[in-house]
Amino acid sequence: MNFAVLQFPASNCDQDAMHALRHVLGHSARLLWHKETSLGQADAVIVPGGFSYGDYLRTGAIARFSPIMQAVQSFAAQGGLVLGICNGFQILCEAGLLPGALIRNRSLQFRCEHIYLKTRSRNSPFTSRIPEGKLLRIPIAHGEGCFFADEATLQQLQTNDQILWQYVNAQGELSDRANPNGSLLNIAGICNPRRNVAGLMPHPERACEALLGSDDGRLIFESLMAALQARQPARAA
Amino acid sequence: MKAKIIVTPKKAVLDPQGKTIRNALEHMGYTGIQAVRMGKYLEIEITGDKETVRQQIDEACHRLLSNPVIEEYHFELE
Repeated sequence: MNFAVLQFPASNCDQDAMHALRHVLGHSARLLWHKETSLGQADAVIVPGGFSYGDYLRTGAIARFSPIMQAVQSFAAQGGLVLGICNGFQILCEAGLLPGALIRNRSLQFRCEHIYLKTRSRNSPFTSRIPEGKLLRIPIAHGEGCFFADEATLQQLQTNDQILWQYVNAQGELSDRANPNGSLLNIAGICNPRRNVAGLMPHPERACEALLGSDDGRLIFESLMAALQARQPARAA
Repeated sequence: MKAKIIVTPKKAVLDPQGKTIRNALEHMGYTGIQAVRMGKYLEIEITGDKETVRQQIDEACHRLLSNPVIEEYHFELE
């Protein structure tokens, strides 16, 4: 599989994503600078974490207007798979590819720790390979990860089964204490109604090897690979 | 001319910074404070006829300078 990993000024998880995709999962991946206007032969796009454009104005606000994001918009409109991680999630929300917004953590603290995620919907190219009931232990590292959307949007997210991951405690229970940033409904990640674009604040690319404390993040990438493989025969025909 | 733009979080949006500032003010002894909301202030130097500038600034506020999901804006031209 060919992954395109975007790179903005001040992206800082681009190399982590490259490492996970190439060296751990054995796929081909290349970095695409934000000034590029085409994604080339990409099967899927990863919008990585970091502090694109120094988080000036709002997180992700400037990055969404970069030339490469116009290519991502068309790619997504054609059904291409796009995963935004941390700052990538913020960029996808700013770009209107995902609903809602990420605002300052309720505690005002930058939170950097491992958290537990419950997969709320396994019906997506990003979650299909996660075993039922399995909690994912994955790190977070953000100051602005509090998911906000108005009441009507929250309702739609639930009705359309667009909430993919929620913050839970080690027992798998939704609680305020398990919510590291104040996200509404403990939302850690969502997808669009068409289910080809997803974003999450936690960093699965930093949890792909047991040596790093957890390899639960692999399940998200393996879901993505399985979805891409399932698509290939259709493309060849 | 100069566009003076104020962007504030919507009422429904949690504003932890505003809340923290309010607590600090209360600890300092200021009484009667009902609420504090923290936003942003931008100044843009721009030339052109007033009506065109108004339209441009309004569009820029909507597309980039504020996020309509979480923020409101208003501006003055002078």
